[in-house]
Amino acid sequence: MKLLEINNLKIFFDTPEGTVKAINDVNLNLLNNESLAIVGESGSGKTQLVFSILGLLAKNATATGSIKYESQEILNLPEEKINNIRMNKISIIFQDPMTSLNPYMRIRNQMNEVIIHHKGLNKKDATKQSISMLDAVKIPDAKNKINMFPHEFSGGMRQRVMIAMSLLCNPNIIIADEPTTSLDVTVQAQIMELFKDIQKEFRTSFILITHNMGIVADTCLKTLVLYGGKVMEYGLTTDVFLNPSHPYTIGLLETMPRIDREYEILKTIPGNPPNMMKLPNGCPFSSRCSYKVNDCLEIQPPIKTINNQNHQRACHVSLAELHL
Amino acid sequence: MIINKKNIEDFSKNLSELDEIKGRSLWHDARQRFFNNKAAVTSLILLSMILIFSFLGPLFAQWSNEEIDWVILGDISTLGIPSIETGHFFGTEELGRDLYSRVIQGTKISLMVGVIGALIAVIVGTLYGAIAGYFGGRIDGIMMRIVDILMSIPYMFVLILLLVIFGRSIFMLFIGIGLISWLDMSRIVRGQTLSIKKKEFIEAAIATGVGNFTIIIRHIIPNLLGIVAVYATLLVPGMILTESFISFLGLGVQEPNTSWGALISEGAGTMRYGTLWQLLFPLFFFVVSLFSFFFIGDGLRDALDPKDR
Amino acid sequence: MKKTILSVSNIKVNFFTNKQFYFPWQKREIIKAVDNVSFNLKEGETLGIVGETGCGKTSLARAIIKMIPITSGSILWNDENILSFNKSKMQKIRKEIQMIFQDPLASLNPRMNIGEIIAEPLRTHYPKITNNKIKNEVKEMMVKVGLLPNLINRYPHEFSGGQCQRIGIARALILKPKLIICDEPVSALDVSIQAQVINLLKSLQKDLKLSLIFITHDLSIAKHISDNILVLYFGKTVEIASSKELFENPQHAYTKKLIASVPIPEPTLK
Repeated sequence: MKLLEINNLKIFFDTPEGTVKAINDVNLNLLNNESLAIVGESGSGKTQLVFSILGLLAKNATATGSIKYESQEILNLPEEKINNIRMNKISIIFQDPMTSLNPYMRIRNQMNEVIIHHKGLNKKDATKQSISMLDAVKIPDAKNKINMFPHEFSGGMRQRVMIAMSLLCNPNIIIADEPTTSLDVTVQAQIMELFKDIQKEFRTSFILITHNMGIVADTCLKTLVLYGGKVMEYGLTTDVFLNPSHPYTIGLLETMPRIDREYEILKTIPGNPPNMMKLPNGCPFSSRCSYKVNDCLEIQPPIKTINNQNHQRACHVSLAELHL
Repeated sequence: MIINKKNIEDFSKNLSELDEIKGRSLWHDARQRFFNNKAAVTSLILLSMILIFSFLGPLFAQWSNEEIDWVILGDISTLGIPSIETGHFFGTEELGRDLYSRVIQGTKISLMVGVIGALIAVIVGTLYGAIAGYFGGRIDGIMMRIVDILMSIPYMFVLILLLVIFGRSIFMLFIGIGLISWLDMSRIVRGQTLSIKKKEFIEAAIATGVGNFTIIIRHIIPNLLGIVAVYATLLVPGMILTESFISFLGLGVQEPNTSWGALISEGAGTMRYGTLWQLLFPLFFFVVSLFSFFFIGDGLRDALDPKDR
Repeated sequence: MKKTILSVSNIKVNFFTNKQFYFPWQKREIIKAVDNVSFNLKEGETLGIVGETGCGKTSLARAIIKMIPITSGSILWNDENILSFNKSKMQKIRKEIQMIFQDPLASLNPRMNIGEIIAEPLRTHYPKITNNKIKNEVKEMMVKVGLLPNLINRYPHEFSGGQCQRIGIARALILKPKLIICDEPVSALDVSIQAQVINLLKSLQKDLKLSLIFITHDLSIAKHISDNILVLYFGKTVEIASSKELFENPQHAYTKKLIASVPIPEPTLK
């Protein structure tokens, strides 16, 4: 059964300087116990995409299309109804652990708030649940640490608390929005290990949003590459990484220096990130693409499947021409 | 990315023929936002009209502000009402002088006190606060303790004392108000300076070797002007209110000079005789000006701090 | 034989945690931000300084150009100890050592246009220079870093992150320094732009015979750009070696842990 199904999603923002097409026709599926990585840079629209799932978009946003959770439409649901889904069926971990937690509330109260609201437990039971969840994310001495304030924790520990909070109601989907971007590289490795353990133990589905291809490789089954609000490539992580079929994906993989390789000069993707108010009619990546053909600027590239059913690409240029 | 040198040289030769593109500064953006704010623009227009009135008004006046109209003097409540025939457009006040000219004079003086008081506050307070905030440490400590001490002195008391000792004059009023008005501004500016100081472009300037005072004037103060402008427009009504209060008490400007406060005081005193116009005209100008300043201040804040939209 | 231009020996930078006013008998807590760090830098070389949060790399960078006070140690620039220099002597050194910062937009004064920003070092050190000469030098520098010179009147917020960083680089280069300290210059940039800026720095280094101190938490970038690498942990030197040596043969356990933590975009088939 498709746990999450997104079809023809469009998110447009109405600003005094013009319309910003943050997401322009995105389709994706998420099955039970599956993990999906959404890879993109600034302006790709990745954060707006997940915000629309939980009804967190700003007031000047218009979202059209369909987002179905367990076959029920949840896009643009009224507040009371979407509240039942938030943190209960679909939970989210935000990017900056420093600002995601209320500095004036003890961890215990912040965690209890979630369980009490959704499951109606009393304070004592809620605290027991919270402590057991903190143990699950490997916070040492959870019984005492739960009474502390956020500023008494380090960045990595705070992120673990956020992960524990997202697990409290045993959701079916956990969305992690750039969870390790503000963390040190050793802490990042620990948190990604934690994600893998949680996947195994709780059998939740994951949506991981990041610009860091490295952490995607070992943790997510599928990868979706976004640029300028459109899907560039979508498929199994192994396919996308080992057989990249879109110029942007190829560029991304080539431009990041890897620790296991030597370079004389780094390969670059020329140009600048997209201006979201002046996107071309065709492919948003066309102005920076070195394989560009005549159609690319004006006509939207069709989404074609290649090889097996699960690998999709949106590009006018054929595979053969790319690898020449 | 860098292409080879020859390409760059050819490229630059072509480019020097290209026209320089005009930049769009933050002030420009703020100006646009301000003029989109209807309340602020209306207030600006009203205030300008009052200002023009105070300059051009005397051209229409048929009586000076000192002349006593003996004809009306006996029976002001009936003969002194505003009328165009007698030439007393706003009527006369208790002593038979033309209210129109008196209001013009009061407007000039009140606005002058407000604006100059605010100007002193801005200049002295900004420099003081920026220096204290930028240098920090002991200098900051001492400077701010001085401000704390000065603030704790009941200013009304001091002001009235000054006026009594040195005599009532506009000059004394400016000194008194100037002594108090910069204190709040310096605190606000110091707070802002502390947060601007941490920004990387200040570090960049220090690393470049720019001198301390140059940094304060070139880097810190222009980034403060937003807050300073907003606070200054809110200070002006404060000044006017202070001056009005003092004049209301009878200690402000000396006769034959007058201000809104003095006029309102006199008008309020004669209310029971039915000569309401003596109160209402100066009150009208007073209230409209204050409201205008408040709306402009609000508009400036919204224009300069778009995050709060 | 390349000349050693910078020699940092036994630098210690301590911070006190108590407030401004304290009683003489109150003990002040000391934080050892930089604890006995030493290294040498030769002409035209790049030293990478890597470490995680709290390792002291930022404090070390600022200590080298005397932006924060140094508790003890010596810094020899061209064999002269700059710690004993007074303000005017230090001004001359500031022409030779410049800095690029992490947040590209925040390192530029939002109220100045980029022509003025890039020209500021010139005006500071050469107050008698004519406006025309300044304009020419600024435009020349803009072309060198890959910016169109007709954008000289634009303001920082009208540029993208990568372009802002190029402006920062132009500002650092305009005095023709010998050493540029780069404090995490690409961490705040998009991945596809990082490579552009790194390539730019490398080519400028070759053209102008610059030395670079490149501070980063990204080991892959450090490996690519550095000749030698210094690994810091809580203010102390953990390991210092040539880039090749460090990655082929890491000695310290922390270094090994760091290298092992770097994610490789190579999916292991499940």
